[in-house]
Amino acid sequence: MLQNVQFRWRPTLPPCLDIGEFRVSAGERVFLHGPSGSGKSSMLSLIGGVTLPERGEVRVLGTDLARLTGPARDRFRAEHLGFVFQLFNLIPYLSALENILLPCRFSPRRRAAAEAAGGSVPAEARRLAEHLDLAPALLERPAAELSVGQQQRVAAARSLIGRPQLVIADEPTSALDADRELAFLELLLSECAATGAAVLLVSHDVRLADRFDRAVALADINRAMTDADA
Amino acid sequence: MTPIPHLTWRSVLNRRLTAGLTIVSVALSVALLLGVERLRTDAREGFASTISGTDLVIGARSGPVQLLLYSVFRIGNATNNISWKSVEAVAAHPQVAWVVPLSLGDSHRGFRVLGTDRGYYEHYRYGRGRRLEFQEGKPVAELFDAVVGAEVARALGYSVGSPLVVAHGTGDVSLAEHADKPFKVVGVLARTGTPVDRTVHVSLEAIEAIHLDWQGGAPIPGLVISPADVRKFTLTPKAVTAALVGLKSRAAVFQVQRFVNDYRGEPLMAILPGATLQELWGLIGVAEQALLAVSSLVVAVGLAGLAAVIVASLGERRRELAILRSLGAGPRHVFLLLASESLLLALLGCVLGVALLYGATLGLSPWLESRFGLVVSLGPPSIHEWVLLSAVVGAGLLASVFPAWRAYRLSLADGMTVRV
Repeated sequence: MLQNVQFRWRPTLPPCLDIGEFRVSAGERVFLHGPSGSGKSSMLSLIGGVTLPERGEVRVLGTDLARLTGPARDRFRAEHLGFVFQLFNLIPYLSALENILLPCRFSPRRRAAAEAAGGSVPAEARRLAEHLDLAPALLERPAAELSVGQQQRVAAARSLIGRPQLVIADEPTSALDADRELAFLELLLSECAATGAAVLLVSHDVRLADRFDRAVALADINRAMTDADA
Repeated sequence: MTPIPHLTWRSVLNRRLTAGLTIVSVALSVALLLGVERLRTDAREGFASTISGTDLVIGARSGPVQLLLYSVFRIGNATNNISWKSVEAVAAHPQVAWVVPLSLGDSHRGFRVLGTDRGYYEHYRYGRGRRLEFQEGKPVAELFDAVVGAEVARALGYSVGSPLVVAHGTGDVSLAEHADKPFKVVGVLARTGTPVDRTVHVSLEAIEAIHLDWQGGAPIPGLVISPADVRKFTLTPKAVTAALVGLKSRAAVFQVQRFVNDYRGEPLMAILPGATLQELWGLIGVAEQALLAVSSLVVAVGLAGLAAVIVASLGERRRELAILRSLGAGPRHVFLLLASESLLLALLGCVLGVALLYGATLGLSPWLESRFGLVVSLGPPSIHEWVLLSAVVGAGLLASVFPAWRAYRLSLADGMTVRV
């Protein structure tokens, strides 16, 4: 939930975000529509706790991120959030499986949750990968050798392992072919539903919106943009 | 629990070619630094242990370094000789235990010929009081016997029984030879790593004998004294070049030194070989320091290269760092990742460098010893070398902080979003 948030990258720049209120409920699937340059990245950085707002409050799962220290925000992000980006999601020198396991290396909570869900952490990773249509043989290959579609699915598995409460996907499908796009979205959404994670998907492609509980246009909630346009 | 060591290792493995080359460049520079350091200490030690057990060296009055150079190192020539009477006077001093006269001035195929007496084999010491030992044969007994140093024997292929002819003077190209009075090798000394190895030893009497029918550096025309006849002459030398002196008590060294310096018969000088060796090393030491400075610079270049390689890789790794940030890595994790990567390379470089040094020492030491008489030690690193190594690792740590700090700044600026 964001409330009365203002944010600018540098004090000399005009604010790029000025949001009255934006909420995502637990388990809710929200589509955030925004063309590039509309402040998406800034907003995701705020929710991830990588940056802090100049003014206002960012609460994630009831925690006011501004009240946490830098390392605590990093830990919070590791424990509770999963991210999928548009492209190049994976650490190229690790295998696909090791990429999926990474959040469990950063977060004991997610490791424990993955163990509880799958018996062991690698078993849970393989189970998620299978649900996302990744052949077991692919998992041993270096991430750099996978196709873009495969990489996106590995990234999805990584964002879901250890049951984070919120999965944030930033244009996760825009690098995919049109027919793969919908298939990937289905897989992602159904796995999020299975783990009970809320989804915040950001895209410029409005055609995806009808798969979600709610669609919000960033331009409507970001007063900074309206001002700039005016 | 922190995933950084694992990631560091995998990331270095992933870039094994650049990482390997970087390690090799650091290793070479470390091996060079330690090698220079080791050569330096060993050369100094070998130098300082050229002569020991001798309390004073006496010769005609000149400079102490010059006296040491010609009497012990067989470099250069004496300005003047000292008379046999003076030698006898010094030997008669109550504090003097022994005197070994040295007579120089002739050579044999580029090697100096030293006329001395039997006391030389007994009293000359090098290193930590090591005596001269015979590889084969025995000391000079007959008038025309010669004992050669190990290097002379090796270079000229001499062994017991080989004949040799002494040339007058000390040039390389042979001058007038004492061809009518050939010598016979009766002994070969074991290698010492000192100028003794490059010396031909004969008796004082022999030096006298070969010069009986000479005057002013040339044979006296019409006068030929055969080797058989020389024994009829008194062969006690009239003068020698220098003398080594051993005292009954080291405490008397300054007393005897003063006695020699104040000797009224002729201008003499007595030097303490240890002190003069120090003085001489002080002259050579500048070059040695320069060598160390240059090799330290090479290490600095190696480490700068390491930092440059890591910094250059940051450009293509910004995306990777952003992913790690999204997974919950903080800027300090990013810092640690990069710092530990460079530190790992620096450490591996040091380890490989030490291994290289030992390998090279093992491979090259026979050559160094035979070629330059340098005995390179193969012991574990000395305290000084540990200090140098830790300095290198410390510098490596510094070199790794720079790329790490860059990465830290980049990841603070980029957050999770790098547009590729």
